[in-house]
Amino acid sequence: MANWIGGDQKLPQGRLILVSYGIVLGIILLLLGFWKLQIIQSGHYSDLAEKNRVRSIPIIAPRGKMLDRNGRVIVDNYPSYSILLLRDDPAQIRKDLPQIAAGLNITQADLKQQLEEAKIEPRFQPVIVKPEASDADLAFVESHRVDLPELELMMVQRRKYPPDDFLAHVIGYVGEVSPQQLDQQSGDRYKPGDIVGKAGLEREYNDILTGTDGMRRVIVNSLGKPVRTLDDMEPIPGKPIQLTIDYNLQAVAEQELAGKIGAIIALDPRTGEILAMTSHPAFDPNDFAVRIPNKEWRALNNDPDKPMLNRAIQAQLAPGSVFKIIMSTAMLESHVPPADFHLFCPGYADIYGHIYHDWRPKGHGEVSLHKAIVESCDVFFYNVGERLGIDKIAYYASALGLGKRTGIDLPGEEPGLVPSPEWAEKIYHRKWYAGETISVAIGQGATEVTPLQLLRTVSGIASGGVFYQPHLLKDYSPVKETRFPLAENTVEQVTDGMYGVVNEGGGTGVFALAELKKANLENIGFCGKTGTAQVISTKGLQRIAAGSRRHYGYNTWFVGFAPKQNPEIAVVVLVQDSALEAGGVAAPLAARFVDAYYQEKEGQPIQELQAAKPTQKVRTATTQVPKVVPQGR
Amino acid sequence: MREQTHTFEFDWWLLAIVMAICGVGLLEIYSSTHGGALHGMQWKQLTWIGIGLVGMLVLSRVDYNAMLDQSPLLYLIGLAALLLVLAVGHTRFGARRWIVVGGVVLQVSELVKLIIIIVLARYFSEVRSERLTLADLVKIGLLVGVPAGLILLQPDLGTALVLVPVAVVGAFLAGINWKHVVAVLALGALVAVVGWNGHFLKPYQKQRLATFVHPEQSPRGAGYQILQSEIAVGSGGFWGKGFGKGSQNQLGFVPVRYSDFILAALAEEQGFFGVLLVMLLYLALLLRLVDNAQKAKDRAGMYLVMGVASILAFHVLVNAGMVIGYMPVTGIPLPFMSYGGSVTIFEFLSLGLVMNVRTKRFVN
Repeated sequence: MANWIGGDQKLPQGRLILVSYGIVLGIILLLLGFWKLQIIQSGHYSDLAEKNRVRSIPIIAPRGKMLDRNGRVIVDNYPSYSILLLRDDPAQIRKDLPQIAAGLNITQADLKQQLEEAKIEPRFQPVIVKPEASDADLAFVESHRVDLPELELMMVQRRKYPPDDFLAHVIGYVGEVSPQQLDQQSGDRYKPGDIVGKAGLEREYNDILTGTDGMRRVIVNSLGKPVRTLDDMEPIPGKPIQLTIDYNLQAVAEQELAGKIGAIIALDPRTGEILAMTSHPAFDPNDFAVRIPNKEWRALNNDPDKPMLNRAIQAQLAPGSVFKIIMSTAMLESHVPPADFHLFCPGYADIYGHIYHDWRPKGHGEVSLHKAIVESCDVFFYNVGERLGIDKIAYYASALGLGKRTGIDLPGEEPGLVPSPEWAEKIYHRKWYAGETISVAIGQGATEVTPLQLLRTVSGIASGGVFYQPHLLKDYSPVKETRFPLAENTVEQVTDGMYGVVNEGGGTGVFALAELKKANLENIGFCGKTGTAQVISTKGLQRIAAGSRRHYGYNTWFVGFAPKQNPEIAVVVLVQDSALEAGGVAAPLAARFVDAYYQEKEGQPIQELQAAKPTQKVRTATTQVPKVVPQGR
Repeated sequence: MREQTHTFEFDWWLLAIVMAICGVGLLEIYSSTHGGALHGMQWKQLTWIGIGLVGMLVLSRVDYNAMLDQSPLLYLIGLAALLLVLAVGHTRFGARRWIVVGGVVLQVSELVKLIIIIVLARYFSEVRSERLTLADLVKIGLLVGVPAGLILLQPDLGTALVLVPVAVVGAFLAGINWKHVVAVLALGALVAVVGWNGHFLKPYQKQRLATFVHPEQSPRGAGYQILQSEIAVGSGGFWGKGFGKGSQNQLGFVPVRYSDFILAALAEEQGFFGVLLVMLLYLALLLRLVDNAQKAKDRAGMYLVMGVASILAFHVLVNAGMVIGYMPVTGIPLPFMSYGGSVTIFEFLSLGLVMNVRTKRFVN
């Protein structure tokens, strides 16, 4: 054995000591490193550790329900799941994108676009990649917890709207908060992906209906699997709102208008409470409850029948002969011409060298104010208009509520228009033509009203000049009350005339009486006024010229109320593009609605609700009506 | 000349320090694994420690001069084993590092670490000049370079690097010309540049090095490990979150928390205070080794002990540095604490060498 121990065995003690210094130095450096992390930056890393282990998943607060005036639920919620994509790790997402897309049945391009749009948001803000997860989607997420930890489920409460477009325009719809809304809001009330009211009451009362989202905090392990749940921050549900709408009456209105274009509104003239409001064609708000595909959205907006338009408050149309109620009121209030003004109607009037025709070519004979209202004599009101002058007409029309918004608690109400010389000057920089006054006198010309305005005006006149702000929220307060006191005689004469329209022979609304008789309600004192206005917009003319099937007809109106004194129900019916005049369509329709009101009031089952399919009803209505002649009725 | 070895001549203080470190390690392994599929791992580690202790006892009784005598043979055995593992080795985690001997999976490179300590001790003890010559350095470079190259092929960059400090510390003790140091550093830089741009490093190794420089760029990949480790350490604060209460550790955010990153687990649960105690234990261990080297009977003994010390010091510095993000992730475990069979046995065998040298210090 060799002796490795031989020779010079002096050890390099100095170098060994240097090595031990090196070791001490190394350990000190390490400890400094630990000191930096554990003492100096401890807070920072504690935050990171907390973010690591705690995953916060929002618990969406359910929106408040909408109830009808009797507490019946109209708009409810249902639970559903959304699939969230957590964006903490872009590299991982890029890698998993094809698998996620395939598993959730979304295109990769779609996913990428959603991620691109979310880029400006903070990283911890997840993207909702699938708002309404199917059972298969849920299974996919659950079974890929380990390899796709970036997918997370979130329970949400979705809006459940009534079927068949019921009350659609009034309810409106919800949708994801828009970037503009996010920018506009002060503070941070909304975050991307939040659901907010976009239209109708959902929008009007969004603040009441919206609750405060809660938070579920779970401890997850490094695989993203929840291990333990921390205390939940419970969501605060949105408050319910009770509407003035009567479910049953609304159903009648919906059925009556099915298949037609137009609107029905009913209100209580004593309070301004809206009992029913419908506009057709409508849309299904349920389509919006999740996320409406662009294609459907475009289709709805490009539909020539404008299903998104709430005709009840947004259609601005010539009032036609209903305007004669305003004319009568103006005449009686201003005594120009005096109340006993009467004339002989030969079927036309010669004013300023122009011939103005009556809707009835053979004329009405000797006509007083009462007969003029009952038979809707154009010649009588041409003369009243000529005597009153446009300034007085405009004054009374405005005072009685036309040409400005009623202030209903719905977004998007249109103001209508009361034409005047000032208006002509201001908008068209031209003089007012005297002939225009004659047109205005029978509700034609530039005058535009919305159904709601017309209803409020007529109800106010019937109520002696008290105009309530129409509203849909039961507890609406304060209800604005506009007073334009009318002489007792004025109210009496006008309502007498309107009673005659329905209840006297020769009245333009006699078909309404037939309906009332059917329901044994001919004694309720139903009053009303018909209006038929030709669609004379240039657009309409072009369409007719182009051979369009539509726009061949009239805008037909009926505004009615009951009883004659201190009415409790007032209803406006607008049927657009009708082949029939108002007397044949709108009047009986309004009568049937009022039938339903009284049936419900007396506790009887509403016949209309048991009636056959609405399409058949339209046909029966048609067969009852004889051939009618154009012009304002 | 008769040489006596007595067990009671052991460095009992050294053993006590090592056992204290092992105890801390066992507790932290328990804490890191008790809740999951790996529970009971502390018992397996205890078995490795037991085997290691027996190995230590055996090795301490073999005359180290005999080992030095046989070092050429040992070296050849080591190279053969490395070639064998490359040829028929057992592949785990994408690397061919293990051979199965009698049903036990062994990591051959650990054995090679021991052999290199012996081989270099012999080489250095034979040097008679004041300073190493350039020829010496080249020879040492080859002696270390060939096995290191073979280990690199497995591939196992960490263990290959572990061989280097044995040569560096040995050379320093033997005396070096500083011009040579400059030359070696320059060569090292050249090798590094060529190695990076050539195809010698595996992509994962490159990534690990790149990640070391920019950990935040790939939070889920390799950088994720460093980041999670730093979070664990940093969130521990001064007193720690308490035994078994570290969220990073218990929820599995700390990677291989029972082995390579056991110090991160400890730092989270026991805080800076616990780290300080453990580091003081390691300081005591290493200084005790240097002390043993100083008291060695001969140069060969000193080189043996310092070989062991340099490897253990390298492990401690690189592992702890990795845990706090100062060093790249190279898979170098923390001595006597990290879970591991082959590595634990190696550590105790190397301790056996130290005991061997110590028990002979009064002989002659």
